[in-house]
Amino acid sequence: MQQAHPAPAGIEPLGPEDLLDLYAAMVRVRALDERVWILNRQGKAAIVASCQGHEAAQLGSVWALRKHAAAHFCFTYYRDMGVCVAQGLTMREVMLGFLAKEGEPISRARQFPLHGADVGRGFMNLSNVVGSHVPEAVGWALAAKLRREPTVTAVYLGDGAASQGDIHESMNFASVHNLPVLFLVENNGYAISVPLHKQMAIDRVAERAAAYGMPGVTVDGTDVAAAYAATAQAVQRAAGGGGPSLVEFDVERYLPHTSDDDDSTYRSRDEVEEGKKRDPLAKLQQRLLAEGVLTPERNDELRKAARREVDEATDAAEAAPYPGAADVLDHLYAADGR
Amino acid sequence: MPTLTLIEAVREALREEMERDPSVFVMGEDVGRRGGVFLATQGLVDEFGEERVIDTPLAESSIAGIAMGAAMAGMRPIAEMQFADFIWPAMNQIVGEAARARYGTYGGVHVPMVVRSPYGGHVRGGLFHSQSVEAYFAHTPGLKVVIPATPYDAKGLLKAAIRDDDPVIFLEHKRAYRSVRGDVPDGDYTLPIGAAEVKREGADATVVSYGLTLHYTLQAAETLAQEGASVEVVDLRSVRPLDAETVLRSVRKTNRALIAHEDNRTGGVGAEVSAIIMEGAFGHLDAPVMRCAGLDIPAMPFAPTLESAFMPTADKIAAALRELLAY
Ligand SMILES: Cc1ncc(C[n+]2csc(CCOP(=O)(O)OP(=O)(O)O)c2C)c(N)n1
Ligand SMILES: [Mg+2]
Repeated sequence: MQQAHPAPAGIEPLGPEDLLDLYAAMVRVRALDERVWILNRQGKAAIVASCQGHEAAQLGSVWALRKHAAAHFCFTYYRDMGVCVAQGLTMREVMLGFLAKEGEPISRARQFPLHGADVGRGFMNLSNVVGSHVPEAVGWALAAKLRREPTVTAVYLGDGAASQGDIHESMNFASVHNLPVLFLVENNGYAISVPLHKQMAIDRVAERAAAYGMPGVTVDGTDVAAAYAATAQAVQRAAGGGGPSLVEFDVERYLPHTSDDDDSTYRSRDEVEEGKKRDPLAKLQQRLLAEGVLTPERNDELRKAARREVDEATDAAEAAPYPGAADVLDHLYAADGR
Repeated sequence: MPTLTLIEAVREALREEMERDPSVFVMGEDVGRRGGVFLATQGLVDEFGEERVIDTPLAESSIAGIAMGAAMAGMRPIAEMQFADFIWPAMNQIVGEAARARYGTYGGVHVPMVVRSPYGGHVRGGLFHSQSVEAYFAHTPGLKVVIPATPYDAKGLLKAAIRDDDPVIFLEHKRAYRSVRGDVPDGDYTLPIGAAEVKREGADATVVSYGLTLHYTLQAAETLAQEGASVEVVDLRSVRPLDAETVLRSVRKTNRALIAHEDNRTGGVGAEVSAIIMEGAFGHLDAPVMRCAGLDIPAMPFAPTLESAFMPTADKIAAALRELLAY
């Protein structure tokens, strides 16, 4: 896939401090992601969908929202651990989710890990029904417009999700009403086993944007600076009343779709190995070391600290009990909580 | 006779029907090389090619609508919805369109399609990979809704569904896929859609059930047998059409009826069966009709403790039976 130019006009590139912050965040998310995969193999986490390969797109885009919007809100999907962590979900909370333990904050362990809502911290992922959150995000953006609030809404979706009819309807409405919403497509070339060319007869989801009358770009989503810059431009546009944009991140999924998947029947090992060469974490590490922004010592410290934090989060979640069933009927309706 | 799992029986029916009739084809997400996420279509793409085993884009409304269009034009598509919880985007095409195509054209067109889908929980599937969806479709005139509990029934009923000239929703319990085994004869046979079957004979009470819950019901009946009660178990096999005669015959004999299903209690198939019993066997009842069903919350929470609270298990069915027998 061809890449658009990574530094749009008018966007100040990220400085060394931001890049180091992003790197530290990426190290944490990776450590967490690797651990939950192990917990799955140990039979402790029932289901895991990895964000490995997507981290630069997820974190770079949140950094852009933070810096360029007065307020923002993220509608995520199951692969967006990076977005959830960037929005403030702690490692311990993430672990409680993967182990479905008491105290899990966003669905009380009623849902798969990373599903639920935390309106205060600005993210929700209500559903596993792929694509269903996209119209809801447009509605969130419509409310911001009607209430004269400065919120920019970002909705994350996969290349497969982009095939749903709801996505067409959402983009059309958002553009007609000039809404402050970003459609952030994490295109990893697969929807479980279905490769992109069976998903659509064009090369990029971003090509569709023109048909809705909004800008659409594709950037290298394994390059955090590029992901940041493209999103920043879209955020500025939305925040300034310019309406929606589509940003497509060209990313890699080099693990199976989820812990329930076996990708060996539909993907060659060569292709997977090729994908790993675009590991966003390795790329950023290499860049920062080369530029002297990151020293090997600091790198070690960051990685050790992340591992320690993951260990502590895992211990806490393992020690926590499963939720009791006394409130299993609660919160179906308002009124008395039922 | 070979012993197959339920999913092997499904796969065998698909393969034999595709072999028998070139108008039969399969479409759905990941049904090709991957063989479906549960491997129901494993190997079919090698045998029949990509033209008849179509990996679709991720878009259920079009999967159902395109299957329907091909069916009206003379094909016999089998559309797979990857999980029953993801059938909702296709609701308009199934309930709004397919179900009334024949009626609305005074027989001018018809829709010989099958929509297959894994349903049900107790697999740590959480709120969106566990649902029982049959009541929504059982409510809809124009559809047939088949839910096999055994491999033998799965093969015979799926073949019948594929050969049926009207749209059939075919629901396969995902926990039953590999946990339920049974004898399945080699080669061709079909079973009539709309015929229930007595899966265990008894004299003191009837339990009407289907799907995975049928197996929990049989376990409960065994437990009750050890306690000295004789329980008859009726497997509906299809919830629309619903075999009222078999249900009534059993209840007129045992004079007590419990309905057990995993789907939510309110407005579930149990409510319909209960009404059928009241209309057709009121004078025979020694106790009120009772239900043992999934809780009235979205199926089903992720944490194991909450999932167990939801499920109508063998223990809960046994407890309900004791209450029914003691009335
Ligand atoms: C409506 C719906 N259909 C099918 C599924 C099953 N499913 C879960 S994820 C997925 C693939 C999604 O691919 P994509 O949108 O590209 O996201 P990725 O996993 O590649 O990040 C499918 C088919 C679902 N969850 N919801
Ligand atoms: Mg994808």
